[in-house]
Amino acid sequence: MSAVVIIAAVLAVAGGVGVIASRIPVRSVLALILTLVSLAAMFIAVGAEFIGLVQIIVYAGAVMVLFVFVISLLSARNEPLERPVSLLPGQEKSGAVAAGILAVGLVIAALRHVYPGVLPVHVGYGGVRAFGAALFYEYVFALQLAALLLMVAVVGVVILIARRD
Amino acid sequence: MPGFGIEGYVIVSAVLFTLGVAGVLVRRSPLVMLMSIELMWGAAALLFLAFARQFGLMDGHVFSFMIIVVGAAEAAIGLGLIVLLFRAKEVVDVDEVRELRG
Repeated sequence: MSAVVIIAAVLAVAGGVGVIASRIPVRSVLALILTLVSLAAMFIAVGAEFIGLVQIIVYAGAVMVLFVFVISLLSARNEPLERPVSLLPGQEKSGAVAAGILAVGLVIAALRHVYPGVLPVHVGYGGVRAFGAALFYEYVFALQLAALLLMVAVVGVVILIARRD
Repeated sequence: MPGFGIEGYVIVSAVLFTLGVAGVLVRRSPLVMLMSIELMWGAAALLFLAFARQFGLMDGHVFSFMIIVVGAAEAAIGLGLIVLLFRAKEVVDVDEVRELRG
């Protein structure tokens, strides 16, 4: 039992709770950054060094900065807070109960399953060379589709945001 | 399996995923809902990588990479939509967006 992984797991769950429990959006973003960095620590512990660092650079570095930009853009006029009580009566309680049922079901299913043994990994597992080989040899079509998706996203955002004067 | 066993990783992933589901169901601020969706993505990526280590394959890494790519694209478009909504209506609550009725 490695202490670093347990601390990272606890911090990730604490960050998750902070995301959904904060009233102020900037605190939610900071909690999400904590979760993403803790997840990156767990990724590196599991052997996925490249993916862990890509997560920190791209996800926690770029996507969260995008969130902070949009929050600062929206807060320019007033605090982006939602209404204190939902228009749908009992939404918070039903949502929490439903999520609790889902959590219980998933944990029971996870514990009841019998997992196969751990297989040995090759030298260089999780590194850039092995990842690049997998991505470009076996999954090159998925890579092209991902590139297409990114282009569609960029074009879509520009079309959405452009002012039609 | 470094850290705890594979069951530990599945349980952490399940807890993070249900925290994301709870965030989408309970909160009504579109920014927090987007962040809860990102939480679900992260939980799924953790599960993929843990099982990739279990089986000694790199396929889980490729799919986690796709998760990061799709999450970034979705965050960009989602935030663009939020900015558009805010330009039009000054809303911060998804319950306010109810002009398109059945």
